[in-house]
Amino acid sequence: MASPLEDRLDWVVRQVGSIILGKERAIRLALSCLLARGHLLIEDLPGMGKTTLAHTLARCLGLHYQRIQFTSDLLPADILGAAVYERQRETFIFHPGPIFAQLILADEINRATPKTQSALLEAMEEGQVTIEGETRPLPEPFFVIATQNPAYQIGTFPLPESQLDRFLMRIELGYPDARAERLLLEGEDRREALARLPAGMTPAQLHEAQGRVAEVHVAPPLLDYLQALLNFSRESGRFRGGLSPRAGLALLRAARAWALLHRRGHVLPEDLQAVLPAVVGHRLHPGDDHLEQSAADLVGQLLNAVPLPA
Amino acid sequence: MMPWRRKSRLKPNPPPIEPLLPLAVIWLLVTLAMAVAPHTGELPIWLTLLFYALIGLRGFIATRNRSLPPRWLLLPLALLVGAGVMIEYRTLLGRDAGIALLTAMTACKLLETRGLRDGLVLVFLGYLLVMSNLLYSQEILMVAWLFAVVVVMLAAQTLIYRQHAGLTALAPVRLAGKMVVQAIPMMLILFVLFPRIPGPLWGLPKDAHQGRTGLSEEMSPGSVSELSKSDAVAFRVRFVGPPPPPKQLYWRGPVLWNFDGRKWTRHEELPAKTPVAFTPEGPAVEYAVIMEPSNRRWLLALDLPASLPPRTGMTPSFQLLRDQPVNEVYRYEVRSYPSYRTGELTTLERSRVLRLPGRGNSRARELAAQWREHDPQPEALINAALTLFREQAFYYTLTPPLLGANSVDDFLFRTRQGFCEHYASAFVFLMRAAGVPARIVTGYQGGERNAIGDYLIVRQADAHAWAEVWLPERGWVRVDPTAAVAPNRIQDGLYAAVADPGSLPFLLRRGGHSEWLRQLALSWDSLNNSWNEWVLAYGPDRQKELLSGLGFGPVDWGEMTVAMVVALSGFGLIFAGLRWRSQFSRDPVARSWQRFCARLARRGLARSPHEGPLAFVERVAVQRPELATLAQEIGRLYSALRYGPVTTPAAVRRLQRLTRRFRA
Repeated sequence: MASPLEDRLDWVVRQVGSIILGKERAIRLALSCLLARGHLLIEDLPGMGKTTLAHTLARCLGLHYQRIQFTSDLLPADILGAAVYERQRETFIFHPGPIFAQLILADEINRATPKTQSALLEAMEEGQVTIEGETRPLPEPFFVIATQNPAYQIGTFPLPESQLDRFLMRIELGYPDARAERLLLEGEDRREALARLPAGMTPAQLHEAQGRVAEVHVAPPLLDYLQALLNFSRESGRFRGGLSPRAGLALLRAARAWALLHRRGHVLPEDLQAVLPAVVGHRLHPGDDHLEQSAADLVGQLLNAVPLPA
Repeated sequence: MMPWRRKSRLKPNPPPIEPLLPLAVIWLLVTLAMAVAPHTGELPIWLTLLFYALIGLRGFIATRNRSLPPRWLLLPLALLVGAGVMIEYRTLLGRDAGIALLTAMTACKLLETRGLRDGLVLVFLGYLLVMSNLLYSQEILMVAWLFAVVVVMLAAQTLIYRQHAGLTALAPVRLAGKMVVQAIPMMLILFVLFPRIPGPLWGLPKDAHQGRTGLSEEMSPGSVSELSKSDAVAFRVRFVGPPPPPKQLYWRGPVLWNFDGRKWTRHEELPAKTPVAFTPEGPAVEYAVIMEPSNRRWLLALDLPASLPPRTGMTPSFQLLRDQPVNEVYRYEVRSYPSYRTGELTTLERSRVLRLPGRGNSRARELAAQWREHDPQPEALINAALTLFREQAFYYTLTPPLLGANSVDDFLFRTRQGFCEHYASAFVFLMRAAGVPARIVTGYQGGERNAIGDYLIVRQADAHAWAEVWLPERGWVRVDPTAAVAPNRIQDGLYAAVADPGSLPFLLRRGGHSEWLRQLALSWDSLNNSWNEWVLAYGPDRQKELLSGLGFGPVDWGEMTVAMVVALSGFGLIFAGLRWRSQFSRDPVARSWQRFCARLARRGLARSPHEGPLAFVERVAVQRPELATLAQEIGRLYSALRYGPVTTPAAVRRLQRLTRRFRA
């Protein structure tokens, strides 16, 4: 079953893990997200390694990487690019913005105004941008890893639900454990280590891996389970508005990628459960607004309430 | 602290009411309307109109989202309606008034139904209304209707409990139907085995059995012919073996001894616990009678009964008396001898059966004296009387002219038109006047054979009165003077005998264009008879009989309770077993895995319902390292077979082998 592709993916996981210490699960989730052609939202406090993770992934996958720091005065043109008049040639020349890269790190996306946010989110949805009447395709592959600060921080514009829905996954990194943190403190500078990191994959290999994700087998009992989860979210009354069909498709894609990453040709319920918190955490809302329930609580309720089909 | 905050603390908010959704209200209204529908005949018309008007009003409020009437209006309304019931019935107690009050208050409750709790109160009132219908009728159609009402009411209840589940319109009915079907075995067990006690479980209101027509304990001119207008069934008979010929079908009811010049009455006789002895001549007839409620204690039997149903005694005049009035459909078995010879009269009895009022009816007395002078033999006197009826211009009619104070004289010499009671009364009077001991027997004569169910229907219209004379050699002998006037009354029934059959109720007529309709009615009657025999007449006696018949020997209520509990638990176990089995699918892969999980569960390592196979075996490996290798292999194999793309028979067999070998 094992083939060079799986070995290479394992290698990527190991390499990223050597930079981001003690966060293998988050790394695998992020990688599954990219393999499933989805965009990733990382929500955490500043300084937890969000940027480093994005950067390392780009490096290991051999992707052209751009970082956009979102601020409250960032304008759509700052992302997409603009046509500038050049006097020598007496014409408007298009200067592409930072979005024309294979992997974008949209740092602190919720610091920008909704107008700017939506410019990025449109690009994410359609894989192309339209500037001054001209539609320009974005590079292939095209990933966005956005980071956002928790909503209670000052000066944030929270993403509306419809735009949150465009991210396949939302993950948190969290503090490293004591052992990982010790290694981090003892070790060399991350930036230097990152610079020495070789590219492990070509875009063509990544494309192949994405193709393999679609081939991962899904058996009818697994679909039964997935439908049971979706139904429960809709009919139990514990959630405000159940999971959409898009959420169901997202779950299935992410679970396929997760299975592939674990060298499996078929999806197990465990794969679905592994990606469930990341995929539906930002799509579920408590049925009773008075209850302060965290996303993890909500997903836990969903997970525990639905038995595996016999 | 600000003053307004303090104020708000003093007066806490009332707890929130979960409102009833319009759909639930509509369902509730429909079921209540259905539950009250059979009562419309008994309720006063204003109450029926009020009830359905309030149902309509509540439905309007619910669908148009209007507000309910103000609360201050409700109390006066309830008082007003209560007063209305009080004026109508002069009481608030008893069956009729009680049900009217229940209906009225249910309607009023509708106007303050806001929340879930009110809805449930109404559902339970509805169940009470359903039950109240059984106080009036327990016939098949009624029971079928009430069954339907219960299903709809259950649906309404389901909808009220789960009104936010977004159920589709038909889902509650399906669910309710499923629940009812699942309850049927329980119902049958309880029906068959719940120990039955004689009489009602609790005291029913006094008026619960009002308005039953039937034989009474006295007879005056016109009292039997009144019954001939009713085609209501008095009782049905199923014979063991061929039924006796019509001329032997005399169903013995109250025996009347005392005459006051106009009215015949019975005299109190104490029933004995054993049958009164007589000498049978000829074979016995055995049969079962399924009697409709009569509100009287007597049971009907063919002349002369020689056995006693349970809890029944026999009076010296061969009349069966039960310990309690027959207020339910009652089935009993009797053995009778159509030919018989009874014993001697006591002196007291002799004086009683010869007694006549001191004065009145002098012409009849003269006639009897003339006959007696001519030939004092009792047989000759009987013949003289029957010849009189046969040869003079006497008519058998349902509508006899009214009789004056000397009713016997008036009938014998003036009107000469009468029904059986006129003939029996005049005959017994003549006999007593001539010195022959005689008495009147009332009951039913004949009956209609229903070939569809092979039984005999005896209707109220078959009510009859005849005479018994006491002859020295033979004892009591039945003489039916009606047979002398209208022989076909006895042979062919009322329809053949009366001069004006058009005045008879439909079911008593014969022939004509509507014969097929009558056949249909007979089929329906046959169905009713089966219902009566197997459901309504299933009382304490029948229950014991049935259980003894199953080979348990005599059963008392204690054993019955044990049997019931055992049967119910058995049924519960079967049900649980079915559910348990349904977890184990037929798929060999799933079955092997379930066996594996069950074995671990017995060792305290239960797989939680949402735990995936690999996650589970990893947990097993951590907690029971010695099982790790095998468990992990089983987990891998199972997950590959279940969720993987290919299933090879060899892999399935391997999984089966591994799980069989697995010992936790």
